[in-house]
Amino acid sequence: MNASSDAQGKVPELTARTHGSRRSYIIGLVFAVTLTVGSFWAASSEQIYNPGIPLLLAVLAIAQIGIHLVFFLHISSAPDQTNNLLSVAFGVFVVGLIVFGSMLIMAHLKHMSVPMDTLLQMQR
Amino acid sequence: MTTVASTADGAGVPLSFRGPASLRIVAGFGFWLFLLSDIILFAALFAAYAVLSTETAGGPAGRDLFDLHRVFLETACLLLSSVTCGFGSLAIQEQSYGSTYLWLLVTLLLGLAFLIFEASEFAGFVAAGAGPSRSAFLSAFFTLVGTHGLHVALGLCWLLIMLLQLWTFGFDDKARRRLFCFGLFWHALDIVWVGVFTIVYLGART
Repeated sequence: MNASSDAQGKVPELTARTHGSRRSYIIGLVFAVTLTVGSFWAASSEQIYNPGIPLLLAVLAIAQIGIHLVFFLHISSAPDQTNNLLSVAFGVFVVGLIVFGSMLIMAHLKHMSVPMDTLLQMQR
Repeated sequence: MTTVASTADGAGVPLSFRGPASLRIVAGFGFWLFLLSDIILFAALFAAYAVLSTETAGGPAGRDLFDLHRVFLETACLLLSSVTCGFGSLAIQEQSYGSTYLWLLVTLLLGLAFLIFEASEFAGFVAAGAGPSRSAFLSAFFTLVGTHGLHVALGLCWLLIMLLQLWTFGFDDKARRRLFCFGLFWHALDIVWVGVFTIVYLGART
């Protein structure tokens, strides 16, 4: 049974599922182009409330990363993808820890340290 | 045969009863773990850039240096090459030599165009006295964007080798598995680039 389930006939079906289709790449491209043009427009636009722009850019970037994962890398909730999905979740966790942790620590350090000109005056 | 096919498909069979996964899935998973560790490397560089991006030491800031038109062209090259790489893997699945070579060569050329844009940008910065040794901001910028560029350059070498392997071995299992991993690598580089253009180039504008 095991030998016959490894037979040739099974292979095309498997690749069909892991590779997606032409349609999924086209849909992904349309989404990605829209989001890219949107973020370039948002960065140089005068019509948006300025302090809101970084937040808008972050949302657009996260959406685009999601689009890439689903339509180009074909990460899904299919049973044979469980391990991939779990490792993505762990990767996102570690990336968040590194980036936001470093920013928090360095901002705190800067907040606590004496400014350079004050330090020079103290040494006199 | 039909009952075997339906159990092999996994419908109604618990995961632990299905036996070992196929080599393709295992190889894909291993390569995916490598890609995630690579993305964590980029996360460390992003963190360094985020901390240092305002430390210009009296030199030029990102707002004065970056040319968004060029960045948009670079983004277009990389995004299109990601899609053509996807079409290439579909052509491999259909075992059609003509369209496989066509799409992979288009991917190669678009990747090369990206590298040329980036090299000319770097050369322009250095010529304008804004090299990596000018300020902490520029060191972080050149490290982050340069590491991404290096990944693209290595990816192009890999693609060239894969084209030669395809030429010699044809569509055998090894070559197909390696090309599948190359596709994952190329799409992952695109994800990193989304972070680069948002945080580095567009972030300098706001």
